[in-house]
Amino acid sequence: MMLRFLLGRLANAAVVMVLVSMLSFSLFNFIGDPVSNLVGENATVNERDAMRHALGLDQPLPLQYLKFVGRAVQGEFGVSYRNIEPVSRVIASRLPATLELSLVAAVLALGVGIPMGVYAGLKPRSLLTRGLQVLSLVGISVPSFVTGIILILIFSIYLNWLPSFGRGDTVMLGAWSTGFLSASGWKSLLMPAVTLALFQLTLFMRLTRTQMMEVLRSEYIKFARARGLRERSINYRHALRNTLIPIITVAGLQLGSMIAFSIITETVFQWPGLGLLIIQAISFGDVPVIAAYLLLIALLFVVINTVVDLLYFAVDPRLRAQR
Amino acid sequence: MKTLMLTARRWRHSDLAWSLGRSPEAWISALVLLAYLGMAVLAPLLAPQNPFDLAALDLMDARMPPAWVDGGQLKYLFGTDGQGRDMVSVMLYGLRMSLLVGVASTLLSLVVGVTLGLVAGYVGGRIDNVIMRAADVQLSFPAILVALLIDGLSRTVLPRAVHEQLSLLIVIVAIALANWVQYARTVRGVTMIEKDKDYVNAVRLIGMGRARILFRHVLPNILSPVLVIATLSIGLAVLTEATLSFLGLGVPATSPSLGTLIRLGNEVLFSGEWWITVLPGLLLVGLVLSVNLFGDWLRDALNPRLK
Repeated sequence: MMLRFLLGRLANAAVVMVLVSMLSFSLFNFIGDPVSNLVGENATVNERDAMRHALGLDQPLPLQYLKFVGRAVQGEFGVSYRNIEPVSRVIASRLPATLELSLVAAVLALGVGIPMGVYAGLKPRSLLTRGLQVLSLVGISVPSFVTGIILILIFSIYLNWLPSFGRGDTVMLGAWSTGFLSASGWKSLLMPAVTLALFQLTLFMRLTRTQMMEVLRSEYIKFARARGLRERSINYRHALRNTLIPIITVAGLQLGSMIAFSIITETVFQWPGLGLLIIQAISFGDVPVIAAYLLLIALLFVVINTVVDLLYFAVDPRLRAQR
Repeated sequence: MKTLMLTARRWRHSDLAWSLGRSPEAWISALVLLAYLGMAVLAPLLAPQNPFDLAALDLMDARMPPAWVDGGQLKYLFGTDGQGRDMVSVMLYGLRMSLLVGVASTLLSLVVGVTLGLVAGYVGGRIDNVIMRAADVQLSFPAILVALLIDGLSRTVLPRAVHEQLSLLIVIVAIALANWVQYARTVRGVTMIEKDKDYVNAVRLIGMGRARILFRHVLPNILSPVLVIATLSIGLAVLTEATLSFLGLGVPATSPSLGTLIRLGNEVLFSGEWWITVLPGLLLVGLVLSVNLFGDWLRDALNPRLK
């Protein structure tokens, strides 16, 4: 049973990756004819054919595709048109910025959103809860780029407290450039992280609130009350714990969206991460970078979704019994 | 005329109207939405200036702040942008563009999603499997990312001149393709319940064709969840369009939407001309906020379980 579920999930993941890799492969092969890019305008037919042969473009398509996959697995995606640098190196140099931003934003969203949701769930009629709910509705309706612009306007332009673009000073830890070790790095991180976190924060708050209210209505909480347990123990040891399971799964899924949404935040704050890279690549027509990004982001989502599915299965015994 | 009055009376006595009257958020947001709609439709009449007519522009008037700020003129209530265009007029046209793309892409994804959902739910079997598998796959990626990649890829694939001409259509299709799943899933679920009901069996027995059963008989009975999704997803579609245009994808710069205006304003933010970006931003927020409020109310009002 378990094995069948596991295999099904993995097969699903494999299908997605094959489809995306085919898309990425066709981008590589059919867009912006690689031969003309390399030989120049005046090349003869013979020269073109020679180049075609040297690049392996005269081989049958399935073989070319397999070779493409082979190279992709080793992280080889050719050379970026824009930076004249191997794509793998361009991506590796941008990845730390995006991951650090997403990590801090996720910590913010969970660390602030869950307590707010717990409070709103425990005291649904209090004035503060009403306020929080209005805030969350606004949080969902304000696009993150508008939030970002308003933050820049206040904190960079009027108050001149925080830098409006870039990562500040970064320190190299091996191949990883981190902004965590300098004051200017943290100052630069603050506004982008808040902007990115805001939407997820309201999401976690709403989710925690509904879950908490649902759990508080359940039989075992009534029973705990009947046993005369203290209010605090009921709220935090019994109710909150059961609330957290679905929240953790959603949090896992949201990590992927954070990396996707960081495209917007990175554009507003000129944050040198993957998101800014893909936007620049699209406007420049940098096909190798786009193709590699597609594969990378698909892989990321497939891994996250599969892991979350499996975790769900491991955590919730009811799912196992049904199959 | 008589039918119109009849409909009006039926509406006044309906549960929906009663619920609308009792919820101030709902009718205020409905009024705001109507106002937005009116402004968008009547933009050419309401706008004091045609912002696309170069002859009407005066560069001397460029970068004028809003009327209530020092140096502003009453002639330009919300100030002017870098090319001397009146912000009120630009924003009216921008709103028109945003709503056009939002409504068009919502309609398209509704048609695609509802059709696929009806077919999947009614026919079942392998077709159902394929459609739902595709929906699952797409649902594992955020809609905004899907729209962004479709738009971005079309930019790389198509020659620049072709893309310029088609860009409006491409945005609409990209947003529609990113949002069909929700309709398909919901419609499939309710269709599976409906298809075993007696009225469906009856029309099947008299030999009616599948397409006619689905669109004439099943569809009218499952419209209320579709309506709720559509309302909420207009807000989402407007936001997606604004995001794409803000990123420099999206609608062509020659016919700017609110998102385009925010992007252009953002580029001059550091010279202190905050109104060029903040005012379209506020207009956008108001639109999305009222769509969300109205959609939330509609969802609760149409949900029989909450009554």
